[in-house]
Amino acid sequence: MQPIKQSEVQQALDSFANQEVYLHLETTNGAYASHFNEGFFSAGAYIRNAKVTYTRGTITGDNPYRIGLKMPIGWIYAEGLTDWEIDDKGRLLIAGHDHEGKLAVALELSKEPF
Amino acid sequence: MDRHVLIVFPHPDDEAFGVSGSIMKYIQEGISVTYVCLTLGEMGRNMGKPPFATRESLPEIRKKELEEACRITGIKDLRRMGLRDKTVEFEDPEELAKRIRAVIDEITPEVIITFYPGYSVHPDHNACGAAVIKAVESMAKDQRPEVHCLAFSHDCYEKLGQPDIKRDVSEFADRKLEVIKAHRSQTQGLVQGIKKRLSKENQEFMNQLKTERFWIYKFQN
Repeated sequence: MQPIKQSEVQQALDSFANQEVYLHLETTNGAYASHFNEGFFSAGAYIRNAKVTYTRGTITGDNPYRIGLKMPIGWIYAEGLTDWEIDDKGRLLIAGHDHEGKLAVALELSKEPF
Repeated sequence: MDRHVLIVFPHPDDEAFGVSGSIMKYIQEGISVTYVCLTLGEMGRNMGKPPFATRESLPEIRKKELEEACRITGIKDLRRMGLRDKTVEFEDPEELAKRIRAVIDEITPEVIITFYPGYSVHPDHNACGAAVIKAVESMAKDQRPEVHCLAFSHDCYEKLGQPDIKRDVSEFADRKLEVIKAHRSQTQGLVQGIKKRLSKENQEFMNQLKTERFWIYKFQN
């Protein structure tokens, strides 16, 4: 992955808009967060292969970035995004890595199921 | 008769820190080791340091890392169960136990190594251990292999007492470090950390590697 270039990611988001696409959306602080730091409240969620259509996708912020995808009756949102790539299957992979390089958030779009 | 040991863990690299020395010791003694790994660790947070994996490339990378770790350890029979990381506890426990039972029936191990259910921190670890216990409980009492469990929750010593087995694996410490390094995407940061730390702490880490601890599961029924 490379550090996010806002204009390039914006272009990619535009290319997935207004069609049925598959979404992987995830936040995580790891299964060990509360083990190593007992005061830490561990929370996370993921959804894989949600079939969605968005009419407007926007990336904002100043490293880390935020992305909002506006759907006909709802929203998809992620923050803390730092890196991105289009992989060899043409999928848009966007991730946020923390200061240790560990994955904290992922937002991915694909025209085929993941 | 051929002697067998069965290892059942949910993630590639679960075997590296606490068990790989014992595995090398078993293999040196001529005992065959089968490693059943339930998932590919698809949802790991570590992507390498600096990150070289993505959420989508991680499974294939970890699969290769696991194969390399098995090569170093000497494991010739590696089996994957095709489950997905972080979902083991949501699978049908009966079905998972049946699949593990089928492997037990096939290779008739004298010992099974897995996580101690309830004392192994990660939900996948606990669910994996519980499935193994369920599988063994379905066997006649005089047919059951011993189950040697790893535990590392904060309360494991308080609740379980001292481990039943403390195995000196110091002769394999260097190779064990190679096994840990083979899981590069997951351990690169840790290994860099070891190099940076004071040599005294390095020594402590190496001492931890040299003894492996297991609790023998006591079946209630």
